Amino acid sequence: MKITVNGTATEVRAETLAAVLDELGYGDARVATALNEDFVPATTRGETTLSPGDRVEIVAPRQGG
Amino acid sequence: MELYGTEIASRLMLGTAQYPSPSVLAEAFRRSGAGIATVSVRREAGGERAGTAFWDLVRELGVRVLPNTAGCHSAREAVTTAQMARELFNTPWIKLEVIGHADTLQPDPFGLVEAARILTEDGFQVFPYTTEDVVLADRLLDTGCEVLMPWGAPIGTGLGLTNVYGLRTLRAQFPDVPMVVDAGLGLPSQAAMAMEMGFDAVLLNTAVAKAGDPAAMAEGFARAVEAGRLAYGADPMEPRDMAAPSTPVIGRAFLE
Repeated sequence: MKITVNGTATEVRAETLAAVLDELGYGDARVATALNEDFVPATTRGETTLSPGDRVEIVAPRQGG
Repeated sequence: MELYGTEIASRLMLGTAQYPSPSVLAEAFRRSGAGIATVSVRREAGGERAGTAFWDLVRELGVRVLPNTAGCHSAREAVTTAQMARELFNTPWIKLEVIGHADTLQPDPFGLVEAARILTEDGFQVFPYTTEDVVLADRLLDTGCEVLMPWGAPIGTGLGLTNVYGLRTLRAQFPDVPMVVDAGLGLPSQAAMAMEMGFDAVLLNTAVAKAGDPAAMAEGFARAVEAGRLAYGADPMEPRDMAAPSTPVIGRAFLE
């Protein structure tokens, strides 16, 4: 299905958020996630199923002021 | 200085952005003596691992982190960003930024109060980036904020304290609330002035990171903050218009 990941249209086979992270190569990266502008804790990614058109945000620690 | 029940030794807080290299950042922190570093969250691509590298660098600094919601323009965006930051950095602290104006990066007071209320109810310890507005400060304290971070000037300008009257009024209205002057400082003298006015700490980033020698500037700010704090605690003299001789007048030899 086609979803949007960090603003980019992306075709994925996986159906859950956790599986999408694996499929896109995040592996053990230190990231946090949101689905359609709502935070999804790491502990619930496995049970968070995605639908076509969903917007996924994947962020990591960065420099800030 | 106590912030949300945590004792912090240094009254200088430093951002982690815009340094020429990670090693310069680390040296600037070392010479600043800062006990708190601001950080952010940003999009990461699969396989990138930039976040892991930055997180390792921050941990080596040995300071507490204060994640921000920089760049958020709505309460909802800020709340989601704060929740992601809490998980990434494992802290309830959040420097809450809800920006309302593109050119000045001025906080949106309405979104700020709304987000502060939601986050406080969700267990966050909120450090709101705000203006010198006393009514807004009052509303933020009503939501449960225990610290305020009024701007000195718009972010990244280096203009110093552009509304001294407003900041002095804010300080006087809430004498017991820890306040950190955040943003707009360009020179150590401006930080010293904020501290002389009774603010509890200052937070800066660009002034150090964009200096020709960031580490030297970091130490300059550290000394200025300490000097300003000492002066504040030392009960400064009142200025006066007319001269008053400091050397005793009595006993002066009259030489014609």
